[in-house]
Amino acid sequence: MNTATLPINESAPVRSDQIDILMPQANDQASIPAIQIKNLNFNYDKELTLKDINLDIPDKKITAIIGPSGSGKSTLLRTLNRIFDLHAKQKASGEVLLGNENILASTCNVNKLRTRIGMVFQKPTTFPMSIFRNIAFALKIHQKISRAALTKQVINALKQVALWDEVKDKLHQPADALSGGQQQRLCIARTLAIQPEIILLDEPTSSLDPISSQKIEKLLLQLSQRYTLVIVTHNLSQAQRIADHVIFMQQGEIIEHGTTEQLFKQPQRKETLDYVRYHDA
Amino acid sequence: MTNLRSFKNILFISACVLSLIIALCFMISIFTTLITKGGGAINWQLFFASTPSPGGQGGLANAIVGSLVITTLAILLATPIAILTAVYLVEYGQKRRLARIVQFANDLLLSVPSIIVGLFIFAIVISRVGHYSAYSGALALAIIALPIITRNTEDMLQLVPVQLREAGIALGVPRWRITLMILSRAARPGIITGILLAIARVMGETAPLLFTALSNQFWSLNLNQPMANLPMVIFQYALSPYQSWQQLAWAGALIITCFILITSFISHYFLQARKHS
Amino acid sequence: MSTSPSLLINTANKRYQTDKFAYCAKICAISLIGILCAILFALFIHSNEALRVLGAQFFTSNVWDPPGEQFGVLAAVYGTLVTAAIAMVIAGFFSITIAFYINAIAPAWLYKPLRITFDMMAGIPSIIFGMWGLFVFAPIMANTIQPMLQNTLGALPLFNILFAGAPLGIGILTASIILALMLIPFMTSMLTDVFSAIPMAIKEAAFATGATLWEVFHAIILPYSRSAIAGSMMLGLGRAMGETMAVTFVIGNAHKISSSLFAPGTTISSTIANEFADAAGTLYPSALMALGLVLFVITMATIFLARWILKSYTKERL
Repeated sequence: MNTATLPINESAPVRSDQIDILMPQANDQASIPAIQIKNLNFNYDKELTLKDINLDIPDKKITAIIGPSGSGKSTLLRTLNRIFDLHAKQKASGEVLLGNENILASTCNVNKLRTRIGMVFQKPTTFPMSIFRNIAFALKIHQKISRAALTKQVINALKQVALWDEVKDKLHQPADALSGGQQQRLCIARTLAIQPEIILLDEPTSSLDPISSQKIEKLLLQLSQRYTLVIVTHNLSQAQRIADHVIFMQQGEIIEHGTTEQLFKQPQRKETLDYVRYHDA
Repeated sequence: MTNLRSFKNILFISACVLSLIIALCFMISIFTTLITKGGGAINWQLFFASTPSPGGQGGLANAIVGSLVITTLAILLATPIAILTAVYLVEYGQKRRLARIVQFANDLLLSVPSIIVGLFIFAIVISRVGHYSAYSGALALAIIALPIITRNTEDMLQLVPVQLREAGIALGVPRWRITLMILSRAARPGIITGILLAIARVMGETAPLLFTALSNQFWSLNLNQPMANLPMVIFQYALSPYQSWQQLAWAGALIITCFILITSFISHYFLQARKHS
Repeated sequence: MSTSPSLLINTANKRYQTDKFAYCAKICAISLIGILCAILFALFIHSNEALRVLGAQFFTSNVWDPPGEQFGVLAAVYGTLVTAAIAMVIAGFFSITIAFYINAIAPAWLYKPLRITFDMMAGIPSIIFGMWGLFVFAPIMANTIQPMLQNTLGALPLFNILFAGAPLGIGILTASIILALMLIPFMTSMLTDVFSAIPMAIKEAAFATGATLWEVFHAIILPYSRSAIAGSMMLGLGRAMGETMAVTFVIGNAHKISSSLFAPGTTISSTIANEFADAAGTLYPSALMALGLVLFVITMATIFLARWILKSYTKERL
């Protein structure tokens, strides 16, 4: 787990307004956040479920979003790849900047957006196809590709999630014959094959057994070297294990955010303290 | 328990059992009649010779083929519209008001008397074109088939979890491509069931053809002309005074019933098998 | 794939492609409503002449005289309503009791076979029922049942009118019975679904009080599913009124209103079925179209009401 270093002298107490602006990076390069969220409000059928969110998601780190159920964690995650478009009565306003482009704009090409920001869901959602086709399906849609190149990319994706050895001789069998943990890894492989910059994960291990969860956590740590990961989790120990930065939400608002160390050891807000302590006890 | 309570209970249970037995007896009677009166005419000639002139000998070949042709055409016309309507209702319309109105309209369409559908097609097609035709019959049957296929497709699409759609869309795949994938894989059993049930329904309908496709004594595959079909032939021959014609009517009735029962059974079995897998 | 520079391309093309599919789907969906409206409209246009010429008399007279160009729908409407009503009473009784049997009385292993049996019987086309009715049942009516009814109940005050006349075997009563027979399978299926939908908890609580099957049935199940049963009955009624082939064979095709159930009569659908093909001129076909319009309005109103009631019973449709 990366430990963050504060840019100012360490003897001064950490002020909450300092934490708001930029997430400091372990490597000393100028850190441009992967995503910048400005004044984000979200409406679920006239009800305001996200209230004035302002946030930066750091590049190539694992950011965890934690909070009680109903706090808006998943809603926030789902605005980042506009997946809420699918549902009739859900609307977002404000700005979510990828680079310097607002993905909430109506002129945004959402299909292209989703090739840069991928998503893994809580329950493994394999397509009713073979393992090979699960990964190849979207690849073939996004680019004209020869069969050989396609196969190479599929194998590559499966290797990245350490699934290749387990499925290499049953590539053309239905994907739902795999175990839950394997299916989830397949879903991650599917997302990786598209080569996004950012991967969103909505409670990816909550429907899996402990051993599969462990494998996936290990995988995520590896992936964070190349990808930016944003993961919603209700499992605080998981957040402590793998996250670099943590965002704590409650009732549609961001209560506090900071490095994992800061948030869990020295939370600035009472709500955070209550939540963290309650779950650790 | 008092005697009165017990008595009422036994009376009620007896009534239920009796109802069932009576209903089953009637059904058995119908089947036996079909088999005894129609079975005798089952021979090769039935399937290869065309319908005869009054009192003559012949078969039902042109009627059988005609029914198949008209039914196939009707299903081909109805299925695309039905599938797209179901797609609208589940994927795009969801809970919007228009979607609910369309759903209700579908229910209404399911119950329109079939003779009215025939009158409708007569009014807008035959009266303009000036002559009866097989394709107008197919149009009428398509209207009857449409809500059946829509309903079954819709039911099947509802069963597909929304996460599957989200997973596809999260990969940047366009919406319509996901819908196509779901239709051709996840929802396929429902579509097939709907088509089979529609076929079973439409094959037996007489009233819509009374003023559209009529019937044809001779062998004809011309869609622009009246075409022979089993229900109309049965209707005509059963009410005729000719023995040979009546015999053919029963044979036709037996054929239709067997076909419909087999189709219904397959669709029920198909759906059950798929639902459990 | 993620190297493309901009997301904010003028997405006009892409959006059109996605929307084109949604657009087609929407058009198809709307066409369903369109068809219903078109039917109403077309029938109306084609009835215009008859309604104009014959006026209100069309609805109040029972004179049906094609050569003399006098058309009154009363006989046909009477026949439709009476046969449907009697059929519903019979079918209603049978299907409720059979549905309850399948649901609560039959041993568990019988449930599936019985359901399949009735589901498949519901698919048998009406012309089969009509033929069977004419060639098998009508003689039985004429030779056995009708005389029996006349000899037994016929002595009682009301029934001597209802069962008057020669036992022809065909007529209003026979047609009603055949219609009932046709309706029983499909109504049994619907009502079995209704009874199955009652939460198990309620049934168990009822039986836990030591009540008999009859008591559970009439004190708990019937009131609980009252609106669903009503809705199903109305659906059946709508279907009965629109039936053609089952009725045409055995109704006798006489444009008369008689007080006897043994007498021949006619229904709207059998009138149209029998006479449309040979209707000459313009007034005659128009009158038949108007008849169709009447049937359409009556059945659609009934079905509309039925679906409305059913919708409020369950959130989903039966």
